Amino acid sequence: MSTILFVFSRPPHGSINAQEGLDALLMGSAFTTCSVLFVGDGLMQLVAGQSTDDLGTKNFSLSFGALKDYGVTRIACSKPDLLARGLNKDDFLIEVESLNAAAMQAFIRNHDKVLNF
Amino acid sequence: MNFAIVVHGAPYSSEACLSALKFAKAVLASGHSINRVFFYHDGVHTANSLIAPPQDEAPVSEQWQEFGTGNNIELIACIASCLRRGILDETEADRYEKSGSNLAPGFTISGLGQLIDASINADRVVTFGV
Repeated sequence: MSTILFVFSRPPHGSINAQEGLDALLMGSAFTTCSVLFVGDGLMQLVAGQSTDDLGTKNFSLSFGALKDYGVTRIACSKPDLLARGLNKDDFLIEVESLNAAAMQAFIRNHDKVLNF
Repeated sequence: MNFAIVVHGAPYSSEACLSALKFAKAVLASGHSINRVFFYHDGVHTANSLIAPPQDEAPVSEQWQEFGTGNNIELIACIASCLRRGILDETEADRYEKSGSNLAPGFTISGLGQLIDASINADRVVTFGV
């Protein structure tokens, strides 16, 4: 069975891409082994304490807490992108491993398919 | 080689939709196969039968229909994306008591499982419009 890596690169708000990406990841994890890599502004999806009350949109970030229950075991982010945004892993809703460029390359290669969101 | 093609961009708003079609034609012309085309995000607008482009612009939706039916390739539009964007087949129009349906011929509305299934079973997945 193919393994699938989901790459999330969009910020959580401003478009529905991030939310529909997470929907696809949750569906994928019901079928096969899935992992997720957050890059660029995609890292902002993971920041704890988001509130969408004033936006009038759904606060889908709460669903990230369900990833482990869905069997998504490897949740990673780009270390250079983490540093560039002045974030650290304590800012995140869930536990995430941070990977340098070489480790990200290996992580991507370790999967059969990649879906970008 | 067997390809799954994923389209995220809406016709006319994004080049992705036409690029995906050109790529899909090139895949077949090169002797490869396509297991499914999955329209997600704004890509589902491709399945809107009410699109009426100016005469001097390519009828992208109809070109996809011809490609799908002519080559017997499934064109699947994600149901969750479709419902949010007002792309409905007759069943969904009835279910949500809407005034009409507008799913273009040659397209089928189905779930995200079709994206995952196509990705698992293809040799390569190529996404347009991210």
